[in-house]
Formats: sequence, C-alpha cells, structure tokens
Amino acid sequence: MGRYTLRRLLQLVPVLLGTTFLIYWLVWSLPGDPFAGKCGERDCPASYVDMMRGRYNMDDPLPLQYVKFVGNMLQGDFGVDFRGRAVLDTMAQAWPITLKLALLAVIFEAAIGITAGVLTGLRRGGFLDNVVLISTLFLISIPIFVTGFLLQYALGIKLGLIKPTVSAAAPWGELVVPGLVLASGQLAYMARLARTSIAENIRADYVRTAVAKGLTRQRVVGIHLLRNSMIPVVTLLGLDLGSLMGGAIITEGIFNIQGVGGTLFRSIIQQDSTIVVPMVTVLVLVYLLVNLLVDLLYGVLDPRIRYE
Amino acid sequence: MSDPVLATADAAAESPSLVTGGAPPTGGPTGEKPRGLWGDAWRDLRRKTLFWIALSLIGIIVVIAAAPQLFTSVNPTIAGSADLSKSLEPPSADAWFGYDFQGNDVYARTIYGARASVIVGFLSVTFAALIGGLVGILAGFYGGWIDGLLSRIGDVFLGLPFVLGAIVILSSFAGAQSEASATWIITLVISTIVVLSWPLYARIMRSSVVSGKQADYVQAARALGASTGRIIFRHLLPNCLAPIVVIATLNVGAYIAAEAALSFLGIGLRSPVVSWGVMISDARNAIRTAPHAMLFPATFLTLTVLSFVMLGDVVREALDPKLR
Amino acid sequence: MTDVITSNTPAPEAAVPPSTRLLEVDKLHVEFRTRDGVAKVINGVSYHVDSGETLAVLGESGSGKSVTAQAIMGILDTPPGFVTGGEIRFHGRDMLKLTEEERRKIRGSGIAMVFQDALSSLNPVFTVGFQIGEVFRKRLGMSRKESYQKAGDLLDLVKIPNARQRVKAYPHEFSGGMRQRVMIAMSLALDPEVLIADEPTTALDVTVQAQIMDLLAELRRERNMGLILITHDLGVVADVADRIAVMYAGRIVEESDVFELYRKPCHPYTLGLLESIPRLDLKGQELNTIKGLPPNLMRIPSGCAFNPRCPMAQEICRTDIPPLLPINGGTRASACHFAEELASRD
Repeated sequence: MGRYTLRRLLQLVPVLLGTTFLIYWLVWSLPGDPFAGKCGERDCPASYVDMMRGRYNMDDPLPLQYVKFVGNMLQGDFGVDFRGRAVLDTMAQAWPITLKLALLAVIFEAAIGITAGVLTGLRRGGFLDNVVLISTLFLISIPIFVTGFLLQYALGIKLGLIKPTVSAAAPWGELVVPGLVLASGQLAYMARLARTSIAENIRADYVRTAVAKGLTRQRVVGIHLLRNSMIPVVTLLGLDLGSLMGGAIITEGIFNIQGVGGTLFRSIIQQDSTIVVPMVTVLVLVYLLVNLLVDLLYGVLDPRIRYE
Repeated sequence: MSDPVLATADAAAESPSLVTGGAPPTGGPTGEKPRGLWGDAWRDLRRKTLFWIALSLIGIIVVIAAAPQLFTSVNPTIAGSADLSKSLEPPSADAWFGYDFQGNDVYARTIYGARASVIVGFLSVTFAALIGGLVGILAGFYGGWIDGLLSRIGDVFLGLPFVLGAIVILSSFAGAQSEASATWIITLVISTIVVLSWPLYARIMRSSVVSGKQADYVQAARALGASTGRIIFRHLLPNCLAPIVVIATLNVGAYIAAEAALSFLGIGLRSPVVSWGVMISDARNAIRTAPHAMLFPATFLTLTVLSFVMLGDVVREALDPKLR
Repeated sequence: MTDVITSNTPAPEAAVPPSTRLLEVDKLHVEFRTRDGVAKVINGVSYHVDSGETLAVLGESGSGKSVTAQAIMGILDTPPGFVTGGEIRFHGRDMLKLTEEERRKIRGSGIAMVFQDALSSLNPVFTVGFQIGEVFRKRLGMSRKESYQKAGDLLDLVKIPNARQRVKAYPHEFSGGMRQRVMIAMSLALDPEVLIADEPTTALDVTVQAQIMDLLAELRRERNMGLILITHDLGVVADVADRIAVMYAGRIVEESDVFELYRKPCHPYTLGLLESIPRLDLKGQELNTIKGLPPNLMRIPSGCAFNPRCPMAQEICRTDIPPLLPINGGTRASACHFAEELASRD
C-alpha cells in the first residue's frame, strides 16, 4: 500500500508542474502585451506593471520565469492583484465559504442520489425505478445555471421563501438552496451509478455464494453487495468533492456567494485577471490532490488494486 | 455546471464492459446469421420509442440550425432588426417569445441561436474524439515510452477542471482581441472545448485498445501475418469504437451546455454571434422583470441536451453486450 | 442461538417413511422465460443421493446439470428461471413447499455447494477468514475470535499451508487450486450432510484437478456426506463416483454405477462421450466426435432430443420420447428405445 501511494504521488508531480506551467504560459506569455485586459476596463497602473516586472521577472526567459514563480509559491507568496491585495488573503477569506457549500452539496448528493440509486438498483422496473430514471434524465439535462436561476426566481423572488442572494457571512441556512442547486446535476449521476453498480453486482457469483451459505437477505445485500457496489460510488463522491472545492463558479455567481468561485466569477466579469493565475493554480493543486486521495481510497476499498 | 468530463466518467463507469471491447459474438441461440455487436445494437435500437423520440428531437433541432429561415421571417443577425422601443415586452401574437432587453425578437433569436450552439456541440465532439481517439490508439497500441509520454500529457490537461481551464484559456485569448469576427469567436470556443476534453477520448480508446490487443482474435490475425495497419483498422477499431461512440453522443449535449455556460460567464460566444448561451447571459439582469427572455432559450437548451442524453442512454444500452 | 437445521428436526407433516432418501430430486421441471422465448431447461429430472455415496452428474454445457443444482439450493435466478413441476425432497420434506426462511436454514448446514470459479465466487473485498468466519458468527452465534480460529482450522483441513496466516489473506492472493480449497473449506463449515460440487475443477489444470478430486473424496469419506459431483469431464469422475447420471437436454438419459457405465454404456450419447475421450494408445488416429451441436432449448427436437446427432436414430426416435427405464430389470437405467440392444452387445 505504501509503495502504491508513493508511486501515485510521484506521478502527481509532473502533472502538477505541467498544468501550472500551462496556465502560467497562457496567462502571461502569449504574444502581445501580457497586461492587456487584465485590470478591468482600463490599462494596468504603471506602478503595478513595474512591480510585476520586477518581482516576477517578466523580462527573463519563460522557463526561468516559471521556476521563479513556483519558487515564490512554495514560499507562500502567491502574488498580489493590481490593487495590491495579496491573493492569499483573498483566498483565505473565500475558501471557508466554498468549503461549506461544497460539503452541503456533497451531503445532498450522497443522501438523495445514493438512496435513490440503491432502492432502484435492488428493484428494477418498478414505479420508483421509472420515476428515478426520468427525473435523473431531466436533472442531467438542465444546465446548472438554469436550475440556479429557476430556484432563485421561484423561491427567492416570487415566493420570497429565501433570500435571493447570500449575505457575506454565508450562514449554513442560506447555503441550503445553492447547495441543492449544485447537487442537482451531480446527484443524478450518483443515482444512476449506484443503480447500475447494484444491478450489476446483484448478479455476481459471490452474491450467489453468500446466499448459498445460508446468510439472510439483509446480510447478503447490506454487507456483501453494498460493500462492493459502493466502491465506484464513493470514488465518484470523492471526485465531486474535489471539483466542488475548486469553487462552483456559476452557482456562486448566481447567488452572489463570496466564495472562491464567486470571486473568480467577478474577476472574470470585470476582466480582472491578475488574480486568476494564482487562484487557479491553487485550485488545480487542490483538485489533483483530492484526486490522488480518491485513488488511494480506492486502494483501501478494493484490495485487488493495492498490489498492482 | 455538469462537468462534461464527469458526465463521461459516469457513462464509462456504467458500462465497464464496453471499455474492454471484445470479439463480436457469433450467431445467437436462434441460429441466425451472426450479426455482430453493431447489428444487434441497431436491431435493439429500432424497437425503442425513446430512441426515435430522441432522434426526432435532434433532427428538428438540426433542421432549425441549418435552415432558420423556415421557422421565422425575422432575421436577427441583420443590423437594425432590433427595435429598442419594444424592449422587454412579454410574449404576444406578433412575437411569440416576446422581446429582449435590446428589443430583439426572442423567438427569432432563439431559432437563429440554434445554429451556433449546434455547430459548437457537434464540431467540438468530432474534433475531440478524432484527436483523442488517434492519440489513444497510438498510446494503446505501441505502449512503452510513447504511451507514457502521451498519457502524461493527457493527464496534464485532465488535471485542469473544465470550467477553470476554459476560463484561463478564454480570458487569455479574449484579451488579445477587441474586434472579433464571428468565425474567430466560434473557433476559439470550439478549440477550447477540444483542448480540454480530448484526453478523455484518448483514455477510453487507449483502454479499449490495450485490452483488445490481448484478445485472441488479434493474436490470431498477427499469426496469420496481418500488417499493423490492418490489425488496427480492420480488427481492433470496430470493437473499440463502441465506447467512444456512446461517450461522444452523450457529450454533444454536454458541450452545447458547456458553451452556454461559458457564454453565460461572458467568456464564450458573444456578439455578433447569437447562441442560446449568449441569450441567457444577456437576459441575466432582467430576470426579475422579464423572465421570458431567459426562459425560452433555456428551454430549448434543456430540450436539446435532454435529447442527446436520451440518445446516449439508449445507444449505450443497445451496445452493452452484458445486457443481452 | 443458532438457526442451523440438523437432521433431527422432525418434519412438520405426518411421519415420513423410514426408507427416505437423504436428498431426492423427483420429476423436476424448470423453464427459463426470456424475451426471445421460453427455454425448457429441465424436463423431468429425477435422481437421489444418500449419505456416504458420490453421485456424478455428467453432461455438456446446456444439459441442465448446474440448473438442477441451483434449484436444489434454491438459488435459481428467478426471473428468468421458474420451477414448473416436480419435488425436491430433503429428508423426505419437499423443499419447494417450504418458506424462504426455512430453505435458508437448510443451506450450508443441510446442503452446501461449491462453485466452479472460485475467484468470482468469493467476495473480493473481504478476507478469506472473514468469509468463512461469518458463517460461524451469523449462524452459530460464535464470537469473532472463535470464528477466525475455526476458519483457520478449516483451511488446515483442506491442506492449505500456513493456514493461520492465510486466514487474513484476500481471495485474489491465492492460486487457483488453493482458492478452490478455500471454497471447499467454506462449504464444510456447518458440517453439511450433502455437498454439491458444481464443476469444481474445470477451471484448474490437470495436476491440481487430481488433488482437488482426492480432497473431495477424502472429505466425503471422513464425514460420511453425500456428494453430488457435477461435471462434463468423464476422466475426472471415474475415480471418485459411485454412480453416474448422464444428462442431455434437460433429461437424464442414462443412470448407472460407475464401473458398468464405463464398461458398457447403454445409451448412444454416453457411448459417444466415452469414445471421444482421447487415448494415448490410439495415438495418430483421428479423434472421434459426436457430430452436431447441443440442441436449442427453446426448440428441443421432437421425440428423443438426441436423435439429430445419434448414429443409431430410427423413425421411432423422432416421434416418441424414450422414458428412463431400468435395463433388464436391474439397477441401471437408460432412456433409449434400443437400450436393451446396447446392453446385450459385447
């Protein structure tokens, strides 16, 4: 298990470097003025341009620039936006909010999605099965911003049940509806995955053996079947958490949530891209790390993988 | 936004058997002439109503995209077709979907908007599948350092979550152009989607090829002296195509939705291009007073994605040999 | 608290006749209903097994031998499989009339089963010790520690080296032959009276096959179990079986004690099977085969199901289904219109 972990960690490093290099190149090193369109409607202030050039070695060749960029990041210096605020501070404020939202979304996704999936997987073809299949079809198809606007309009404006936008402190209660919106698309996949996983495993030989041993149906389903069927489900849940931690840009934008995604959203709309590179770099790092953890988790859950 | 990458992970997870490919089955118990996987699939599909519903919906949308003139006499792409005095008027007999903020006829714009959305969806999938498929075949077939290199490169792109990656790419290039032509804008968006999603198809194809390579029938072909090209095209490809076809079908809808999301964020398509995403983005601020401006393009968008998801669903079921 | 049924549990109905067989299948009918049609998989199969004897059920794929075993255990895939007639009696009680809970109690303790592919038949995510141990825990109420100990004992019994350590291993960490031993160990946990082994050695290579067969024979002797051995391999069965029932297209076509069967088969199908075994002393000659393919169970040929492939087929074979009848009033039986002729040739 340890060797497997080490190997996966080592595989992570070149990917991480490659991805962040790509981002860096795209933002700062394309032909033309790198500062065009990055500071809102106007040109970047001269003081900023000088500072950036000096601090981030813009006159050096690209690979060297990048190395120094990484070096700075490792020392905790993520750069500043053109207003002089440290990117790290901005992120530190925004992240707890995004994490709250991500957690809520994952809980909804798991609770609704897995329950629906397991129930319909065990008994296919019934009324519930058709309801779930059709509703997941719709949930998958409705783009998330449509769901977001719909709920915002219906619950917030028309019916006045919730506040249409989330306040700056983002208390848990106000995050429920955005969490549901976020979860809506993903829970459809979760339900289908759980359903398929159960339906496939229920025909498996080891289930037949468990029955032949004279175990009760509760045990055959609850222990043997579930333990195997839930492996892909749990990994999907983990992956979802990973991408959600990257900030649900659209949902946070619609509900004006001051999380990581919302901050990115506003930066883009206002064409304030100085903040984009460092933030996206960190987010990619988080995403890759979570993916790695999920891979390791898979190894824990399925003993066959451990010894590859 | 449903990450198209995740959409496909789910589909692949739902049909692990497809990823391994496998030799085409010989004649069934009824003793008929052997039909092979595709023949069986077609026979199955023909009988399913969902298949025909999905296909008809897609057909209608493609017709709308190809010949918008058939559906409306108003042409919103002509300058001056907007009438500011009618701004945000609700649906009426003249304009079935009402008017948007700029005074454009929403119905007309929705009809004309189909073209951009559909083109982006189809072309993105096609190129991503082609490029990804090719890379996947090479990586899977040759193995060794070629596989290692190509897979690492693919991982780098996969490490970029779709929306984040699109933001970075598009905001970098958007800064460079202030006066942009419709073609350039569309090409940029298509390229962005292709660049971010080709690794998925590469992975699927590679996976199929790697397991297909070990199959007995490939060894047999080799033993009979078949050339590499022949092995790839005649033997491996037909069996490895199935999972890619399923994923690609599902993803047309996902990419259309992705384009809409990007346009919604303001970094995807924009004027002078008309697409459903652009319309939804424009209508964002007026949602409280004039929901119709967003409602109609959103409905069309949802229906389009829905029909592709349905199609992908039935195609996957039809191609899954385990369900026989 | 245990839910294990032992043979002392009295039958709920009226007293059963004293000469009841241990396990008896009586005119069983099973069909599979699919969207392509109905396949008649078992068509009137009867056989029995008693303590201390080994019955081999022989047949090709599609003959219905495994399905019969699944019906006995009550693990038939329903749908699409349905029992449409007959009885399956254990200690005289028809199990088909029992509730699911009652049948469950018989599994493992009364009748146990070993499956063909041990890799897929064992749960990949639990250790071997867990899987064997849970039988003790859940059905005999033992503690965790005790159950692992018992599991180790069983692994020892089936001659797995280092049994104490191997208890903590996962199924995929064993070789094919060892895994099969694990399965056998698991099936013996509750001391069953009948063991059904469904193609236990088909997935293994020849040397390992022989070892597993020896193991099964030894265990059967020690525990005085009834053993039903299901296989398609005539070579494997000769040493171990006392009686053989040959199945074809869902019916028994010949039933005999083992020596007589090999010495003088009384059914063209059995004859064909025996003649197709490759023999070292006939090296260089063409292999004998039974021409044709097993029938489509949705359209079984009329009359004797074997007639399209039978070298001796006559008109009557196409019209009349030959019943399974004793030959010359003895203990052997054959379902062929010409059984007596076959019996009297030399």
